[in-house]
Amino acid sequence: MIAEIGAFAAALALALSLAQGALGLAASRRDSRAEATAAIAQAAAAMCIFAFACLIAVFVQSDFSVAVVAANSHVDKPLIYKIAGAWGNHEGSMLLWCTVSALFGAILASTRGRQSLGLWSRSVGVQGLVTAGALIYTLFISPPFARLDPAPMLGAGLNPLLQDPALVAHPPLLYLGYVGLSVPFSLAIAALIEGRADQAWAKSLRPWTLAAWTFLTVGIAIGSYWAYYELGWGGWWFWDPVENASFMPWLVAAALVHSSIVTERRGSLASWTILLAIIGFGLAILGTFLVRSGVLTSVHAFAVDPTRGIAMLVLLFVALGIGFGLYAWRAPKLSQPSGFAAVSRESMLVWNNFGLAIAAGVVLIGTLYPLIVEAAGGGLISVGPPFFNATVAPLLGVLFLLLPLGPMLTWRVGDMRAALMRLAPAAVLALITLFGALALSSWRAAPAIGLALGVWLVAGGLIYLWTRLQRGEGRLAAKIALMPLAVWSMSVAHIGAGVLTIGAIAETAFRSERAAALQPGESVAFAGGRVMLLEVRQTEGPNYTSNRANFQVDRHGVTEALSAERRFYSTSPMPTTEVGILGRIDGDLYIALGDAVRDTPGAWSIRLYHNPLVYLIFLGALMMALGGLLSLLALARRRKVAA
Amino acid sequence: MRRRDQRLMMIGAAGAVLVLAATLTFVGLRDSVVFFVAPSELAEKAQANQRVRLGGLVVEGTLRRDADGAMRFAVTDGVTQVEVRYDGILPDLFREGQGIVAEGVWAPGQAFEAERVLAKHDETYMPREVAEALKQSGEWKGEGAP
Repeated sequence: MIAEIGAFAAALALALSLAQGALGLAASRRDSRAEATAAIAQAAAAMCIFAFACLIAVFVQSDFSVAVVAANSHVDKPLIYKIAGAWGNHEGSMLLWCTVSALFGAILASTRGRQSLGLWSRSVGVQGLVTAGALIYTLFISPPFARLDPAPMLGAGLNPLLQDPALVAHPPLLYLGYVGLSVPFSLAIAALIEGRADQAWAKSLRPWTLAAWTFLTVGIAIGSYWAYYELGWGGWWFWDPVENASFMPWLVAAALVHSSIVTERRGSLASWTILLAIIGFGLAILGTFLVRSGVLTSVHAFAVDPTRGIAMLVLLFVALGIGFGLYAWRAPKLSQPSGFAAVSRESMLVWNNFGLAIAAGVVLIGTLYPLIVEAAGGGLISVGPPFFNATVAPLLGVLFLLLPLGPMLTWRVGDMRAALMRLAPAAVLALITLFGALALSSWRAAPAIGLALGVWLVAGGLIYLWTRLQRGEGRLAAKIALMPLAVWSMSVAHIGAGVLTIGAIAETAFRSERAAALQPGESVAFAGGRVMLLEVRQTEGPNYTSNRANFQVDRHGVTEALSAERRFYSTSPMPTTEVGILGRIDGDLYIALGDAVRDTPGAWSIRLYHNPLVYLIFLGALMMALGGLLSLLALARRRKVAA
Repeated sequence: MRRRDQRLMMIGAAGAVLVLAATLTFVGLRDSVVFFVAPSELAEKAQANQRVRLGGLVVEGTLRRDADGAMRFAVTDGVTQVEVRYDGILPDLFREGQGIVAEGVWAPGQAFEAERVLAKHDETYMPREVAEALKQSGEWKGEGAP
């Protein structure tokens, strides 16, 4: 019964979002109509949330007559994973997509700000159509509430790899980011229809791009962290199509975050901002398509179903076709006032956008190239990490070289000499790092340059904070308290990018690994210490049994205990790895337990990794997300002051 | 500097970055693309020491461990068996009889040296490359089989 109610609510939501689209796009000047549009948007969101709550309810009840529950859940599963099962599958995750889109539509409808009625109304309308498109796809191509007759007694269980706290949070966060990009898209389409993209418009665009980018940052970081500790391969980023699918919208969202600042503050770059918003949403749909269609062989692909892939491509082409078509037709009409000099805050932000957009383009080419070659009859190929490391890294390197200069320059016309003088200490530190790393790594240029760039970003960000604190009178503590949130947010995010760079380079270039077969009592030398296997025991979990290996690690004069597991879930023939990680200031000692060695009784295969400074990767990503969050707070505070 | 010169300078610099990106992409695609081969095509298509992806089913009963700790197993497309050597922990989803993709290098008369072995998260799913290999050799038993 709950399933039918849920399906009905979703159908109602579809009707409401179509109405929201029609009424919003008509953009009547009558206030009553505008109120009705907002009310419909809220009703559509309520219906979607209700439908999704119904889906969670059937998962919690373990109602195996519902097909997705039977395919993805099991009575033995802990409650939190039953709930998470609602979005741990294709159908449920698409309903989540719709729900988030409708929810954002309702929020958009209730935050008009200083936008003109036409712009506001049309953006709500376009958002309604986005929700409707997603709902049509969900209800007709992958219905989440379809019944099974006869109902099976037991469910198949959620893939054990996905039974993990990080993966409870990862998909919703990524979807908040992906779908968050639909709002800038709606605002962009509305601006094109109205033929106007002014500073008030950019002001309402900014929180959405910031929120989408922040969600994507956290979502990707959690996904990467999960891959690091759950897959047991010691790596955190594999340039896999599924990862690229989230990285491309992230790059474009980062560009959009910066370009919308220029549009809001200076009124320029409006048509570029609009183009980025369209591309960003296009890449978000493409991301969903790549993950869900399985057209690309991936280390972690999920579902394969050609009709789903084709339907999603249709949605992509409709969104991009309308977006680019309108852009070609209307963008030339958008006025472009206020010029700026080649050395100015604006020009640096243009470079930022240029670099991020090209990087996104290169990732796109690398990701889609196998499809193009195959379609052209060139056979099956794959494009792996060497390509992305050789292309994206240098581009981001150029970007990072310029990054600390941006905040140091003023709007319109900046003083490059003064900016460079102030950054001189950062440059000195970066050069020391460069030569130090070159000498210590036996002259490997690439990692040394990467580390130096990371230091340059961190030091540059700190110098900017310091120069801001030099302004004005009063004690340091008072000045720290009075510093605008916007300054903090930018500095934290930029320093975070530097911290991430240092961690990523250190981990990638200086990681050590070793495989060994050990019997209890035996030990191996590793990463300046010794690792001894003490014992391997059988243990029981709530819905699995496991082999648990206890190790003793002697490093730097300290003896510590560490354990790693291999779990066998009753619902899946595949065991999963629970790695043991010993996190220390120099990095992680990481142990993955393999199988029992066949020929030597009592021996177990293990793999040891030492990942230097790997925690900086996740710390840096979190700092960037914190920067986004602070920036959102700054916008909210400014809005309150203005009101 | 005059306005026009400034603009020219920016366009010039942007052009330089674009050229750099295009060159990197072109060279990268030329050098680091990895071709997929089926076991029966390995001898004919793969040049010695060129990186390729080898896809197929792991032959039952062939998985064993060398004295140095490396894993050895055979991969087949139903026509030819190829011996694969991999020094590392096999993925959790690795099983005899299952489809896998091994990426690495091969030289005539030697085992395929895998640097990465991929298996799927989802045990019901066959890597597409393996499916292609089985279809080519006529051993395909899934959807659309004769």
